[in-house]
Amino acid sequence: MNIKEYISSGVLELYVAGSLSEKENAEVFKMMEKHPEVLAEVKSIEAAIVTLTSALSTKDTKQLFAGIKNTIQPKVIPISKPKTSILKYSGWAAAVVCGLFLAWSLNENNKLQQKIAKETTERKLLENRVIETNDNLAEATKLINVFRDDSVISVPLAGQTVAPEAYAKVYVDKKTELLYLDAQGLPDPPKGKVYQVWSLQLDPLTPTSMGTLDTFIADADKIFEFKTRAGEQAFGITLEPEGGSESPTLDQLYTLGVIPS
Amino acid sequence: MTLEILVAKFQKKDTYAFEKLYEMYSKSMLGVINNIVRNDNVAEEILQDVFIKAWNNSENYNAKKGRFFTWILNIARNASIDYTRSKTYKESKQNQNSDYFVDILENNESLDSKTNTIGLKKFVKELSDKCKAVIEFLYLKGYTQKETSEELSIPLGTIKTRNRQCLEQLRIKLGV
Repeated sequence: MNIKEYISSGVLELYVAGSLSEKENAEVFKMMEKHPEVLAEVKSIEAAIVTLTSALSTKDTKQLFAGIKNTIQPKVIPISKPKTSILKYSGWAAAVVCGLFLAWSLNENNKLQQKIAKETTERKLLENRVIETNDNLAEATKLINVFRDDSVISVPLAGQTVAPEAYAKVYVDKKTELLYLDAQGLPDPPKGKVYQVWSLQLDPLTPTSMGTLDTFIADADKIFEFKTRAGEQAFGITLEPEGGSESPTLDQLYTLGVIPS
Repeated sequence: MTLEILVAKFQKKDTYAFEKLYEMYSKSMLGVINNIVRNDNVAEEILQDVFIKAWNNSENYNAKKGRFFTWILNIARNASIDYTRSKTYKESKQNQNSDYFVDILENNESLDSKTNTIGLKKFVKELSDKCKAVIEFLYLKGYTQKETSEELSIPLGTIKTRNRQCLEQLRIKLGV
């Protein structure tokens, strides 16, 4: 059977009417898929029936769809209701879990922040100590170098009448024009008194104050640094009232030493 | 959007596609229902039920088994016939007219020009009585070929060709 004969057989009209068997329906469907003209014919037949039957409706149908929509939409809600309540509960549960976690995190965070602050302070202290130690070391190294240097002259200051046990040493560095007083051998000065260091010219005897050892007790190594002076020949240390004196109190002369010429 | 896509979306519960299909077929279905129940208000109620039923059973439609139009036509015819078997209908003692669908067409004053149904009245009048009856039974009532042949005393083998001839006359006049 060719397509024209198939179309004019009347089977397609019955197909649209719905009066074919299931097997015949399946055959028409296959033919429509294979032959566009068969599909076009079915569409025309359908259009004719739609036009004819539409003419039998005495009213417009548009406003009736709202009622249908209202009926089909509420049906969706009861089905999804249990779902939403489960979702709601799980949502609340999740919120509580999140909240607890957040609180715990904040607490942990605070603890860590405090720990960090403490560690930072400790680290700062340690750093300071390292710097201090390094400074001390540098100082000590410097002193060692001074003592070893050829151009450094060592001047021992011997204990005098008022303190025969006392002693001190002066190291004069001519290159750097610095001198170092090692006052380790002096006793701590009594309250209200300080040691004053004098640079002396011998002929005629002219003392010049180099300064007071205000930090004597606090100073750990008891090494003090001064500038050298032109023409100085000897060094003396006297005990003076706090603030120092204009001229040395000679009966309180603790040590005295002459630079060897 | 093609009919195939609309139907596929409708089966996935897309209300927009559903509304489009409603726009395409609701007037036709209301005519089919009205022709059976002969009561405007009842026809409108059944029409709504038919489309709700289609929505709730959308997964049952299978394109391989027939046109979407035919599927919903079946639902409409069955719902209408169910109603005619009900007590309410029997008690209302409907005035059965033997002139098939033609009298509705004759008396239908809501016909508008855009559905070219003014001409349709004339075309349908020109159809033979046998043609009117065949169309009534096969399309509007959903009779089988056998039932139609018995009702009209036409040999079963000729129903197919007779129906084809009747529709051809109508289609030529409608231009489809």
